[in-house]
Amino acid sequence: MTSALMELRNIDKFFGSTKALRNVSMSVQPGKILCLLGDNGAGKSTLIKVLSGYHQPTNGQLFFEGGETRFSGPREARQRGIATVHQNVGSIPLMSVGRNFFLGAEPTKGPRFFRSIDTQKANAIAVEQMQKFGLTRVTNGEQLVGTMSGGERQVLAIGRAMYFGAKMLILDEPTSALGVKEASIVLKMMRIARKNGAGIVFITHNARHAMSVGDDFCVLIQGEVAARFKRNEKSREEVLNLMAGGEDMTELEDDLEQID
Amino acid sequence: MKNLARRPETGAIAAFVLTYLFFVLATPGTGFVSINGTAGWLNLAAELGIVAIPVGLLMISGEFDLSIGSTVGAASMILALGTNQFGAPTWPMIGLALAAGCLIGLANGLAVVKTKLPSFIVTLATNFIVIGATMGISRLIANVTSSSIFASDSAKLAFATRLGQANISILWWALVAYIGYRVLSKTGFGNWIYATGGNEDAARAAGVPVERVKTLLFVATGFCAALVGILQGIQWNSGNSTYGMGYVFQAPIVVVIGGVLLTGGYGSVIGIVFGTALFGVISSGIFYTGWNTDWIQLFLGLLLAVAVLANNYVRRLALTAQ
Repeated sequence: MTSALMELRNIDKFFGSTKALRNVSMSVQPGKILCLLGDNGAGKSTLIKVLSGYHQPTNGQLFFEGGETRFSGPREARQRGIATVHQNVGSIPLMSVGRNFFLGAEPTKGPRFFRSIDTQKANAIAVEQMQKFGLTRVTNGEQLVGTMSGGERQVLAIGRAMYFGAKMLILDEPTSALGVKEASIVLKMMRIARKNGAGIVFITHNARHAMSVGDDFCVLIQGEVAARFKRNEKSREEVLNLMAGGEDMTELEDDLEQID
Repeated sequence: MKNLARRPETGAIAAFVLTYLFFVLATPGTGFVSINGTAGWLNLAAELGIVAIPVGLLMISGEFDLSIGSTVGAASMILALGTNQFGAPTWPMIGLALAAGCLIGLANGLAVVKTKLPSFIVTLATNFIVIGATMGISRLIANVTSSSIFASDSAKLAFATRLGQANISILWWALVAYIGYRVLSKTGFGNWIYATGGNEDAARAAGVPVERVKTLLFVATGFCAALVGILQGIQWNSGNSTYGMGYVFQAPIVVVIGGVLLTGGYGSVIGIVFGTALFGVISSGIFYTGWNTDWIQLFLGLLLAVAVLANNYVRRLALTAQ
């Protein structure tokens, strides 16, 4: 347990009388992918915000790199190596790959007052990083990000976070808006990031994507951890049923057929 | 070729070349292409150009500034009342006028950033507030709304020198354009300007101080507007509250003609410079044709309409896969 990158113990998060999270415990291991599954409204978004320092838990303890921590805000969490990549936010379509990659941390060259962005360096590193994560189609750092596919933009955002020293990646539905092929690019990248030692929290409601990369699984229902299991311990049908709140999905499907 | 068409300034350069050639062909033997003729349209472009650069950067960051007009007038009146009514030395009053410009910009910036209201309406309000205050205070002090300026020789040298027909404003324009180009294209701050206008949430998530970027650009706009007020005041030996009202819409017009997207996030200083030069060529060229100058407005309106359509097209082109 001490090797965990981040650990939550009995976390509650209340908003007034609304209990968004109740008694949530989980741990993120370095070099492992933790899949956080749950239907809409299960508390996934609130949990992400607790992990990324945006919300303070109402009760319970949060450990990061072995010590109990309370993040003062998302900035502190980011500085300590927790990167959150959201589904859509994170890239600027009308800017080049290189400029996007280094936004907020632009490399410069030249003497004072005539210092300028080292575009060549920025472009070269950005392309190199993206290729390292399996994206071979992007070869020119001057390419505008708006011309890239959704999956490629996810790779850019994740590659960027890794390059700037993220130890823990929180990926919020990175595959849900993508086609099959695009999603596989992102899933492939997650495997590479895992091999590089990052602890990854993969939030999704797509059981198939989760099963294909996950090491540990955590199913949230109405703010509580409904199930916790490891890779290969459950079948896809079982996972789907869990996510649906214990109802038998096969029964639901039968009902649907009767409507026709 | 396609890459060239994607660049924001291509349209403005092409329009400039075509318009210039048109006036060259339409005005044979009138001296439009002579040194004096060239100085003429550069003079017309220069002062507008000085405000258009920061207004353009501001528009790339996603904000508007319609208060530039009254800032020009206010700066000229500060200089006039200071040197005339109070007999103050010129340079400190120039400093005061520039500081007032920065202050108006700061007020705009803070108001926009804190209230999150559209800058279009916030700065429109500022425009009326500032011109009203300038007139009211001028009346209280000296019972005038325009007044003579008594500038020192060194100030005249810096702001009102003429070389042949060419005004020193052209050099100031070149300086502001160069600084604007360096900042936008070569510095990290320039990257932040694009990012702020391109996707504000993403920029903020990447650690870009979005509010500071916008506020600084408002301050720069106020500063440049005051600089124009000083240039005009010293050249014409008088200050007037209504100087610069023409710029309120001319500046955004030449910026858009220069290829800056109204939605922000895209554009270049080179484009803005050519958009402004185009304005100068049209305004001056009309005289050489001997047509009624009323046609200038028509020309500008058409050009603006074409530019907005073209920019939209360039934007789509830029976002298509290569």
